[in-house]
Amino acid sequence: MSSDTAVEYEVAQGRSKSFYPRFERKDELQHQTHYCPGCGHGVVHKMLARAIDELGIQDRTILVGPVGCSVFTYYYFDLGNVQAAHGRAPAVSTALKRSRPESIVISYQGDGDLSAIGAAEILHAANRGENITVIFVNNAIYSMTGGQAAPTTLLGQKSTTTPEGRSALGEGYPLHESELLATLEAPVYIERVGLGDNKQIAQAARAIRRAVENQVRGLGFSLVEVLSPCPTIWKMQPVEAQHWVRDVMEKTFPLGVLRDRTREAQPRPAPATPPALEEIPRLLGLEHGERLVKDERQVLNLAGNGSALKRTGERARAAEVDLEVRIAGFGGQGVLLLGEVLAEAGLESGLEVSWLPSYGPEMRSGTSNCHVRLASQSIDSPLVSAPGILVAMNEPSLRKFDRTVRPGGWVIYNGEEFPADCVRPDVRVVALPFTKIAHELGDARASNMIMLGVLLEIAGVLPDASVAAALRRLVRNPRWVELDERAMAGGRARYREMFAEVHA
Amino acid sequence: MEAKKQDRGLLRIDRDECKGCGLCIEACPPKVIALSEELNHYGYRTAVYAGSGCTGCGICFMACPEPGAITVLRAVVHSAARTALEGSACASN
Repeated sequence: MSSDTAVEYEVAQGRSKSFYPRFERKDELQHQTHYCPGCGHGVVHKMLARAIDELGIQDRTILVGPVGCSVFTYYYFDLGNVQAAHGRAPAVSTALKRSRPESIVISYQGDGDLSAIGAAEILHAANRGENITVIFVNNAIYSMTGGQAAPTTLLGQKSTTTPEGRSALGEGYPLHESELLATLEAPVYIERVGLGDNKQIAQAARAIRRAVENQVRGLGFSLVEVLSPCPTIWKMQPVEAQHWVRDVMEKTFPLGVLRDRTREAQPRPAPATPPALEEIPRLLGLEHGERLVKDERQVLNLAGNGSALKRTGERARAAEVDLEVRIAGFGGQGVLLLGEVLAEAGLESGLEVSWLPSYGPEMRSGTSNCHVRLASQSIDSPLVSAPGILVAMNEPSLRKFDRTVRPGGWVIYNGEEFPADCVRPDVRVVALPFTKIAHELGDARASNMIMLGVLLEIAGVLPDASVAAALRRLVRNPRWVELDERAMAGGRARYREMFAEVHA
Repeated sequence: MEAKKQDRGLLRIDRDECKGCGLCIEACPPKVIALSEELNHYGYRTAVYAGSGCTGCGICFMACPEPGAITVLRAVVHSAARTALEGSACASN
């Protein structure tokens, strides 16, 4: 054999064609999902997309999205997409399947959506044996809203609404939705799978494919519950969260097939053909051309007597504090905390303050920004549309807001190289690799506090004691307080070094 | 002189799509994926392929939560190359 045998490679596994090539969501982030690093939703999406590819049903599949982190399924799947009201996906799916029987209808839900607010809808859809496929992603908590207990929360599991851990006496037992549905006569296939390790992932992919295939064969109601990691809300690293599914979650929610009647199930008869649209008035006994009487009453003007707050348009006098700050980055970088510490410190110093967060439903990786105002006079609006100081934690955030900075203002940018096309003659810039500096200090996550240190030096209006008190109030863990204080001091020192001659 | 064994698989990682969760690194049986030292455009350390040793099993693809961050390629075995590959597989068994 010769050593130069040319081996050609071909794609064995790659992006599924049931996904859009680009996701038309936020400006900069169209090539990736909005999910946190390590989120189970992405994995389940891929399994579903692959099953649809393999079964060749992309053109006739309708995906019904829920409310929750996975609300944006319509950004990702190149299918028919409907986004249902909270918990109502099985009811919407029922309607879709009955009115378009040739469609493959998949209801995608989380555990808050399916087992809490949508408890009735799933129960009755299953009990009717609707010929739909339900993907039930269970992470034992409400994630999008910030980590409240769900019916599926484990005993002893801490959440924002069960800070001491869930107790059976107070909050009841974890709801075993799949077992509950498996007591009904009608469902054809119910299986619980997990994403806890490679073996579990492989089984989950098989189960999801089967659940979709059952519908293609017309067999009836199929549900796959997927135990799925939520690293952000569980406060774990992605790999740790994956193992938690296998080592902890599975003890409460054992994996396995809970119902399988696919062998004996007969294809359900197709529903009667619905009447043609033009037939409906006659069937309803309405005369041809009759219209519903419209309520002609005018919509009440709820705006009332106009704005109570009259904008003076007058800038505060120079001696007075009027600081307008915009802080932007991607979620998880500490954007909101930076703003909170600043606002809290302002409050501590007796100033008027406002702090207005602005972010999407994603916990991480989405863009996140906040508006902070500190002023001696009362604040008319918490919106900061022309900041005096912009803190940009990454390039997309810089590009989003750099033009809004007020002439004479400042930009604090996380990056060594400030993009040349963002340079403005009327704006001063502090561009440093803050993430790297924070990493050297002990933890990359402290980069926000280094940037805060720089900001405090620029602003020069807040006493150190107020900042220290604010930090201690907002950051409970003493280890982090210590690190954050060091980070802040580091930021202040960097600024002074850079601008020593200016102040000399 | 022994011929250099060709890998059965090849890995492509999209650095802009990867969020550095590390699940592929954990999942990879031959352990040929690592986390980069430098950050990408969005501030994440991302997965990088070691450059050799991929078996093309595709497990990393299934473990990865992003739709297109990982692409797994497999060697197309032509009849001439098959003998080479089978030969090396037997040798390793």
